[in-house]
Amino acid sequence: MRAKRIKGIKFGLLSSKEIRKMSASRIITPDTYGEDGFPIERGLVNQHIGVIDPGLRCKTCGGRMGECPGHFGHIDLEAPVIHVGYAKLIHRILTATCRKCSRVVLGEEDRKRFLEEIKRQKERQADVGEVVKQVFREAAKSSVCMYCSEPQNLIKYDKPTTYIEIDEGGKERRLMPTDVRERLERIPDEDVFLFGMDPENARPEWMVLTVLPVPPVTARPSITLESGQRSEDDLTHKLVDIIRINQRFMENRDAGAPQLIIEDLWELLQYHVNTYFDNEIPGVPPARHRSGRPLKTISQRLKGKEGRFRGSLSGKRVNFSARTVISPDPDIEIDEVGVPEEVAKELTITVNVTERNLDVMRETLKRGKKHPGVNYVRRVDGRKIKVTESNYEALAEELDIGWRVERHIQDGDIVLFNRQPSLHRLSIMAHYVRVMPGRTFRLNPAVCPPYNADYDGDEMNLHVLQTEEARAEAKILMEVQRNIISPRFGRPIIGGIHDYITGVFLLTRGEKRFEKEKVLDILYKIDIEDLGEYGGTFESPVRSEVSGMGFEEVRLSRYWTGKQIFSMILPKQLNLQFRGKMCARCIERGEGCKKENCSREAYIVIKEGNLLCGVIDERAIGSFKGIIIDKIFRQYREEVAKVFINNVSRLAINYIKQTGFSFGISDEDLPREGKELIREEAVHEAEKKVDELIRAYEGGELETLPGRTLEETLELLIMQELAHARDDSGIIAERYLSIENPGVLMAKSGARGSMLNLTQMAACVGQQSVRGERIKRGYQGRTLPHFKPDDRSADAHGFVRSSFKDGLSPTEYFFHAIGGREALVDTAVRTSQSGYFQRRLINALQDLEVKYDGTVRETKGIVVQFKYGDDSVDPSKGEYGKVVDIDEVIREAIGVESRS
Amino acid sequence: MELKIVAGEKEEVTEELKKVGLEEGIAEHIKEDFLPAELTVTFEDLLEIPLEEAYAEDIILMLGREEKGEVKLGDIELKVNKSELSDKIKDELKKKLKVVRRKLTREKLDDIVRKVVDKYEKAKVEPREAVGIVAAQSIGEPGTQMTMRTFHYAGVGALYITLGLPRIIEIVDARKKLSTPTMKIKLLEEYAVERNKAEELAMEIEETRIRAIGKIEVSAADMSVWLSLNEKRLEERYIKREEVEEKIRGIGMDVLVEVMEDRELRIQRKKQSYHELLRLEEKVSNTLVKGIEGIRRVLVRREPSEGYVLYTEGSELKKVLRIEGVDSTRTTTNNIAEIAEILGIEAARNAIIEEMMSTLEEQGLDVDARHITLIADAMTMDGEVKQIGRHGIAGEKASVLSRAAFEVTVDNLLEAAIYGEKDELRGVTENVIVGQPIKLGTGAVELVMGSKYENQTTKRQGAKIGGTGDGKGKKRVN
Repeated sequence: MRAKRIKGIKFGLLSSKEIRKMSASRIITPDTYGEDGFPIERGLVNQHIGVIDPGLRCKTCGGRMGECPGHFGHIDLEAPVIHVGYAKLIHRILTATCRKCSRVVLGEEDRKRFLEEIKRQKERQADVGEVVKQVFREAAKSSVCMYCSEPQNLIKYDKPTTYIEIDEGGKERRLMPTDVRERLERIPDEDVFLFGMDPENARPEWMVLTVLPVPPVTARPSITLESGQRSEDDLTHKLVDIIRINQRFMENRDAGAPQLIIEDLWELLQYHVNTYFDNEIPGVPPARHRSGRPLKTISQRLKGKEGRFRGSLSGKRVNFSARTVISPDPDIEIDEVGVPEEVAKELTITVNVTERNLDVMRETLKRGKKHPGVNYVRRVDGRKIKVTESNYEALAEELDIGWRVERHIQDGDIVLFNRQPSLHRLSIMAHYVRVMPGRTFRLNPAVCPPYNADYDGDEMNLHVLQTEEARAEAKILMEVQRNIISPRFGRPIIGGIHDYITGVFLLTRGEKRFEKEKVLDILYKIDIEDLGEYGGTFESPVRSEVSGMGFEEVRLSRYWTGKQIFSMILPKQLNLQFRGKMCARCIERGEGCKKENCSREAYIVIKEGNLLCGVIDERAIGSFKGIIIDKIFRQYREEVAKVFINNVSRLAINYIKQTGFSFGISDEDLPREGKELIREEAVHEAEKKVDELIRAYEGGELETLPGRTLEETLELLIMQELAHARDDSGIIAERYLSIENPGVLMAKSGARGSMLNLTQMAACVGQQSVRGERIKRGYQGRTLPHFKPDDRSADAHGFVRSSFKDGLSPTEYFFHAIGGREALVDTAVRTSQSGYFQRRLINALQDLEVKYDGTVRETKGIVVQFKYGDDSVDPSKGEYGKVVDIDEVIREAIGVESRS
Repeated sequence: MELKIVAGEKEEVTEELKKVGLEEGIAEHIKEDFLPAELTVTFEDLLEIPLEEAYAEDIILMLGREEKGEVKLGDIELKVNKSELSDKIKDELKKKLKVVRRKLTREKLDDIVRKVVDKYEKAKVEPREAVGIVAAQSIGEPGTQMTMRTFHYAGVGALYITLGLPRIIEIVDARKKLSTPTMKIKLLEEYAVERNKAEELAMEIEETRIRAIGKIEVSAADMSVWLSLNEKRLEERYIKREEVEEKIRGIGMDVLVEVMEDRELRIQRKKQSYHELLRLEEKVSNTLVKGIEGIRRVLVRREPSEGYVLYTEGSELKKVLRIEGVDSTRTTTNNIAEIAEILGIEAARNAIIEEMMSTLEEQGLDVDARHITLIADAMTMDGEVKQIGRHGIAGEKASVLSRAAFEVTVDNLLEAAIYGEKDELRGVTENVIVGQPIKLGTGAVELVMGSKYENQTTKRQGAKIGGTGDGKGKKRVN
């Protein structure tokens, strides 16, 4: 049996007849509940149109609360009113049709042409709006009806729902809804097609309401306050207003009240119906609640982010989910998530008890509510029983095939893990549960990049899958290891960050030697069978136990190098050569690459799974780059890549835990001579040049750059000079900070931070800017009262010569805050802008799909691309950013490099 | 050296080649450095290759063979061309195979080509893949990482150019008026190498108004506007005095222009009033004497491989292309609407791709070209550049619900009722709204259990589909 599918939804207007036909009750009283507390007959909450009180039954379908979906009722309006949403269209139709015979004022030829055009557009599922617009335009031109020779009058439309006819003499007469309806009723069916309407489905006069459908109470439930008082829904309030005025209208008309009063009441009725549909009509005061809050009527219910469409239909709240703070755990695997026991005891998976799992489930149930236990069971007869301290043992005995058990999630269950904003598909991936103590979700830091997560208080959501299909699909499509490669650029997005890079970098740099015990410590928890060939032996002093005398003896012990240790986690057949992040781009400078002999260890060679030379850095194992990860993924697929990343995290953390690694404020220290050098050679020099520029400017000697004013030229040159100052001081600082400095090490290995950050901390913060210019605003002619007016010097416009370490002067601090604020504002604006940008993109492209013939089409079947991406290639399936690595194929086939 | 082609065959070849106008090319090559050869490929094979004049060389290469037993260039050419690869890969493969030709044997050649084809096949997209969503995410996701600050200096004295997120949004909005329109004008050979000529051309393009070349004074005493032209500026911009006078006479307003002794120009109107005088001044100072209206600035820059190139502030593609000395085949603008109008929709599509790629690249973001290509194609598939959003693609979707869920909810519903629209529930949003599986990717196929298992499962679990598929369920595609 296959699930039923809704094939389509047709939209149309309701005729009065139809509204009455579907109505379960004619509503005549504006009251809701009677004194007895029961709904009043024929009232707005009457029992024919749905029940919201427990215990009552629907008088139409007999269903109880929750079973009865509710039924429409209706109000017979004493006088017709215009539907606000169609007021403009009604005006157009009135203008386009004859005031006497109601035919569309178009010649036979035009009529035929337009009808055909509309038919064609409808067949193509295309927009008929444009054609209809033309119809209106053409029909409005003629001043005399070509069918009954009646001269046509101008009809003025007064927002929101008033029409005034102006005759030749310029006399104005208001068209009441009755007049309007009469005219619309007279339009012959064949003419209705000209408006793009189908008379079967939508006749123009249906836009003038004579009967108002009343939505079922279930759509506007009242809420009972703690005081026991009932508070009705906004829609009910509005309907009460409509019924009241409707009644008054009737009474007044029957009593023969003057025309003026009747018209006023009519107008009021129109107002209430208008605001019932839309309470935000421009120029109309919104209907308000007693408290002064504007009512939320039909239109407001549908609109906007929290409206019915975006808030309740496209996005919903779900069960079987949990949310808490995340924290790091490098000891769990990348496809695992640490789940607090508290959470695990709340989230459940429904298991059907069969002969195959009966025993296991009984065991589980026997634990009651203790961790891998059960929260609810459902017996064969469908009764759901809560597992409690008192009944679990009995239930365990009773448990039988055909029951359903809602068991706690436990280790190995697959769940979805998500961090908002979910900007791409990697923001939701499948992880395997690992129940742990504590109250946070634990996540391997290597998986932070795809989620864009950090641990400064980020929270993440977890969803438990409830069906076997869902679990299978999650496993096949959403597992972390299957998403190592990002579809955005076809390279790994998962990989080492921060300490992982530092750790491996330290381990593989140079020729570090470790004796066996150390090696085993570093390889702790990594699945390695054989340490392999050792690197050599060295002499180590050992206290001799035998003699007991405490004198030292020298023993030869085997050692392994850091590179060898790293090689142990590489797959055995891996061959790879590349330049790392340390590369100084010698080739670009025309010096030629020294390859294996590179003094920076920037040339990495891996042969048969052995790291022969080079230091492992961000380019090798980092997220977004990760050449080794990329290669392993392509050659050995996801499982091996996963194991590799797992091993890298353990290896790096084990090692960095042993050696220790820290960065403190003293690491920003520069020797005195360095500081002087920076002050003299970089900062002073630049300031001198700036002064020169200013003098040249004031003396009128400054040469204007093409297309710039003199001032702009000056600013530009000063900015340039000061940018130089910072760069120069950075270069000087670098001379005094070696790679042994942890800051430099992190920057160069790509673990964290950049040389610019270090420059700013140790040497010089540099120019602060607002909108790409020096800071200019403030007082007249100066930025702060600390400076003389018209001072153009570096100091006066936001140049910060101090370093963060030395501390900023008060003016510098202030300028830095100005620049800092701009950055903050920028981020805030950007997030909202790019969020909307992405929503638009998704909406425009979400339905595109590759068909079996290789074309990309949208829902109408229109071809967008004949071949996806012009070559049908999936960006995430190519090799290292290319479709096919031809070089590699050739090398494998004939062992010769094809690179020219 | 001489070309040895078996008699008869040679004539045949020449005959056929003549038909496609290649005889001359052959003669040229024979004279030069090609070795005796014989055709190993059959004549039919040869003719299967699409022949264009540019292929002449290839054909000659096919004839050439240096040593016996070797794989010939022609073999590579033929083998690769006949394989099922995309053109780009074919070219790369040919190039690389030619480098290692001496080491190749027939078998190895076959082997390599087969492997490449294999890998290419494996890299292809699966049918039913939701490529649209992936593309949208791939461009939307890095949006947060882009800079907002609209203006960026691209070097000293260069132009302001909108970059980052605002620029990307500008492109997908298909805006007609850009915030910073600019052109890159490439020049024909003779202009590109000589600075003077390039500069003269720049002046030809840059708009010059009278206020930029002279001083304008209003004299209430004699009710006239006095214009004294700056000789240096005139010279710089290659403008003659007479031209200026001509232009002023041509502004209408019944002007009288007199040249005074000190070379000043006195401009008067017949209708004399103070108000009119001021209007005259305004008009005179705004008069365009040279250049293209809308191009406010032209910069001449020397590019390493291209010689002098002009960069402009403001864009007028149509007018610029008509100027002599401009290489109309390589000149571009960043205004996509203009490209669509003048060069057509295919050019606009390429421009969208080019602009988006360069913007993303400038921001240091890596996005696969295929995603951008898809967006560009979606924007241009109807033959006009459509916006991504309410007034473009999203607004023209077939589904009422999808449109209502995007923007202008109520209006869309009201309109749908009038036109009696039917939502066929084919897209994503529509099906999410009604609570049905989405017919994309894995949602497009179903797993149906064999009847034997179905009965058991329905009895026990009341499940409609599913249970544990134990391999006996079959995949059904619809």
